[in-house]
Amino acid sequence: MKTDGLIAAAESVESIKRKARRIRWDIVKMVGTAGSGHPGGSLSAADILASLFFHQLNHRPNDPGWRERDRFVLSKGHAAPVLYAALAESGYFSREELWDLRKLDSRCQGHPDMRRLPGVEMSTGSLGQGLSVAAGMALGLRLDKLPSRVYVLIGDGESQEGLIWEASMFAAQQQLDNLVAILDYNNLQIDGRVSDIVDIAPASMKWSAFGWHVIEIDGHEVPQIIEAFRQAGTTKGKPTMLIARTLKGKGVSFMENQVDFHGKAPSAEEMERALAEIEASGPF
Amino acid sequence: MAKRATREALGETLIELAEEHENLVALDADLAKSTTTTKFASAFPDRFFDVGVAEQNMTCVAAGLATTGKVCYTGSFAVFASGRAFDQVRNTIAYANLDVKLCPTHAGVTVGADGGSHQSVEDIALMRAVPNMKVVVPADYYEARAAIRAAFSIPGPVYIRLGREPVTAIFDEFYEFNFGKAVKIREGSDVSILATGIMVGAALSAAEMLAADNISAEVVDVHTLKPLDGSAILESAAKTGAVVTAEEHSIIGGLGSAVAELLSEKQPTRLARIGIGDEFGTSGAASELLEKYGLTAGDIVRAVRKLI
Repeated sequence: MKTDGLIAAAESVESIKRKARRIRWDIVKMVGTAGSGHPGGSLSAADILASLFFHQLNHRPNDPGWRERDRFVLSKGHAAPVLYAALAESGYFSREELWDLRKLDSRCQGHPDMRRLPGVEMSTGSLGQGLSVAAGMALGLRLDKLPSRVYVLIGDGESQEGLIWEASMFAAQQQLDNLVAILDYNNLQIDGRVSDIVDIAPASMKWSAFGWHVIEIDGHEVPQIIEAFRQAGTTKGKPTMLIARTLKGKGVSFMENQVDFHGKAPSAEEMERALAEIEASGPF
Repeated sequence: MAKRATREALGETLIELAEEHENLVALDADLAKSTTTTKFASAFPDRFFDVGVAEQNMTCVAAGLATTGKVCYTGSFAVFASGRAFDQVRNTIAYANLDVKLCPTHAGVTVGADGGSHQSVEDIALMRAVPNMKVVVPADYYEARAAIRAAFSIPGPVYIRLGREPVTAIFDEFYEFNFGKAVKIREGSDVSILATGIMVGAALSAAEMLAADNISAEVVDVHTLKPLDGSAILESAAKTGAVVTAEEHSIIGGLGSAVAELLSEKQPTRLARIGIGDEFGTSGAASELLEKYGLTAGDIVRAVRKLI
């Protein structure tokens, strides 16, 4: 039985990795087609979102308003492409709509808009606000005695916003153990390296000191990600922060760790090269 | 009748509403005693959240609660609710059109001795400009109660501006509040005094003083600044041919601006605006400040005489 379980787990990991490849391909295609957008921070979060949407989240894409669903908030809203790709792949809407990213009145707005696109739990874009919102959701779900959990992805540059730390103290005070934050820690922001501009290190000590259960992981290692989600689920009396070390632009060699690809679309030629690279990296 | 501040309506009305609606919750940011939400906190401790000195967090936590089906009322002072947390109001509550009812107190200069840092003279202007936001400024305790109650059923965000200073009652407990509909509280034919908030009382006093001089002033309580009751204002202006606005707020962006925008486009009419000039407040007693900034019945009378 134990062996079967391991095989099943391995299959699950392989399936998540395939989804992550598909998400990366879609991100590049979306941003390349739009001619603008944020590929770097979307690619860095692809494995985290694949693990969430195709393993962890209890959700019903054909019933987005299901009361008992888990919630996911993309606090770093500029990474909208990774969210849209995960939502489309989950079945919230057709993949064809992804190619409308950033177009006039598209449901795939430049930053996520919950009033337009099903599956988007909160409109985001102005940094620092999603963690507070997620804490509010977690409070509301707890008031209603629902088993639902709330997941929120924040950026490392975003962690320079004061509101992140207001929310951090509040979530710990309220003992929100149904709240899981994930820090996409790629150490790059628009103006350069996070550690050169205003460093957020030592992130682990800061979040621990603020009363959170902290788990440090490699944000591209699917088994580590899903194990961390499991551990967060058994933590009582405090919220959990997954500090996920990531590589900005992960999966496209010429975008990896390149600050310029924070908010720049690939050219047509670069897009073809990037798509080919992702296709060569393994099956979808 | 004893004077009561509009803020006194907040905690009391929330308790009544919470007894009727299980999904009502309230938040404050370390000002629960001043805003009176502490009364609600005592009655419904499980449905009240004090976020500490963190207005931005309060605003976004309320947004998150709203997504789970709660109707959220938030306290704090007007200067912080609209200013400190402006981006959270704009980008999280209003952009997503969530059921958060902002009910800050201590609006305007009648905050008094705390001084200019705490006197919001621009909050109406800020809130009016945000899409999806509705803005209500009650004239007395009873109108405040009714507005707080009505906000529960108005979809999306509402900003209800409450004050610290006790004011004389204009309405009573049987008052029926109609959101978005201005209330004509005195008929007149020579001039329309359009007032909001605590200036409604001053406008009524001014009308009495003008009557002694055989000037017939109509007084309209424009409690809802957004959406503005354009037809009521145009009708009154057409009848009297002269309009004076009165508000405890900057003349930039408040009631005076809204009325000027309306009249100049639809029906150009002689207009004078009573309000605070382009300046910050200062410490002083509420009555001294009303005088200093030209917000008394006498100031309205002088403006009317000059206009007609």
